[in-house]
Amino acid sequence: MAKIKMPKSNPSLDMTPMVDLAFLLVTFFMLTATSRVTEPVIVDTPSSISDKLLPENVIMISIDEKGKTFFNINNAEVRKHTLEKMGQQYKITFTPEELKRFGGMTSFGVPIVPVEGYTGVLLKEYINMEDSKRVTVRSSGIPHDSVHNQLRDWIQFGRIEAAKQAKTQKDKAELLGRPFKYEPLRFALKADGKTNYIAVKEVIKVFTDIDIYRFNLITDLEQGPAPAAE
Amino acid sequence: MAEVNTGDGGGHGKHDKKRAKKSSTRIDMTPMVDLAFLLLTFFVLTSTFSKPKTMEINFPADTKDIKENIKVNNAITFILTKDDGLFYYNGEFYPEGNAKGLPPTVLTKTDFSSEGLHKLLLERNKQTLDAIKKLEEKLKNKEIADTTYKRLAVAEKGRKADPAKGIPAGLTVLIKSDDKAVYKNIIDVIDELNICNVGMYAIVDMGQKELDLLNATNK
Repeated sequence: MAKIKMPKSNPSLDMTPMVDLAFLLVTFFMLTATSRVTEPVIVDTPSSISDKLLPENVIMISIDEKGKTFFNINNAEVRKHTLEKMGQQYKITFTPEELKRFGGMTSFGVPIVPVEGYTGVLLKEYINMEDSKRVTVRSSGIPHDSVHNQLRDWIQFGRIEAAKQAKTQKDKAELLGRPFKYEPLRFALKADGKTNYIAVKEVIKVFTDIDIYRFNLITDLEQGPAPAAE
Repeated sequence: MAEVNTGDGGGHGKHDKKRAKKSSTRIDMTPMVDLAFLLLTFFVLTSTFSKPKTMEINFPADTKDIKENIKVNNAITFILTKDDGLFYYNGEFYPEGNAKGLPPTVLTKTDFSSEGLHKLLLERNKQTLDAIKKLEEKLKNKEIADTTYKRLAVAEKGRKADPAKGIPAGLTVLIKSDDKAVYKNIIDVIDELNICNVGMYAIVDMGQKELDLLNATNK
């Protein structure tokens, strides 16, 4: 009887293709990743069928469940300049270090100067906090009543600085002979579904008072087929 | 995988030391693969893919135009209130009836289900929806260009009334809310208007008389 000869197989696998693939994916994710930033507030936006994407160049106002407002500008440079101008307006000096830190931050909801009866954290202190400590701060929202309308100032300075920034970029592009695509500044409202509409209306009033009438309302894409019965 | 050099373990004597070390050409890739997958997992978990979606909306700079518009056009006003309450009335608001003998405005209750708001809008906006459907058909058959379709669809939504042909004007919708309505309801209404191809809508403030009527209706 012939002896069955087992094929001599090498126990070690050739891992090269797997490694290739793994690195390809790593590279892909590294390049496409926009890391998740920790917002000081969780906003659960309502859903809609709209599939328009949010433009890059936006000033975003978040409104949480209780109607507190938070301010954000996407562009770091514009953020820095806006803070500088706000500092001049409210007579607070921000060091270059603070400006830099502010540029890398996300939305915030603390007043720059206190309003009557306010004892919480102010913006300067908020900027200088450690990241881990900052997330524990309970923001009071940016004041936007008729007497202390800090939100309006933030929006106005943000708008001016964004326009300046666009102009510098345009000049730079022209100097180098590159094409320049101007993306207009948009105003986004990100409100929680459970927010009282009156709170949203107050914020919209801040905008309409300074002649801004067009908004992007941030929503989630509706799941499943059209009209969901709720 | 890694070869162990046994040194003089074999007991072959002096010859062993002179022989060149037999090194494997293969590198152990395990740590590298480990690292690669670790990074992969990290980026997969931390990256956010979807950018948020938005709805564009224009707020009226001046509500005078709208008030004029509802007089001449086919208008419907929605009033939102607490606990997902939704009411509507047609045309202009007459709290005590008007000179022409029209009855006082009554608020009709509806809801956010597909049998409520959706159905109502489909009925009221039938003319526009039919016209847009026809345009879509034409677009599909390549009879009209994409841009023409868009232009015609927008024109259709904002069309003027044509009594001679019995065509009503495009539907105009006003959204009003009291102090207790939530933001989600507003979005739901706007969303439904978009689904039903209503071209003209605005969010406006509510008058005191309307509020009184709402409070009387919604006890």
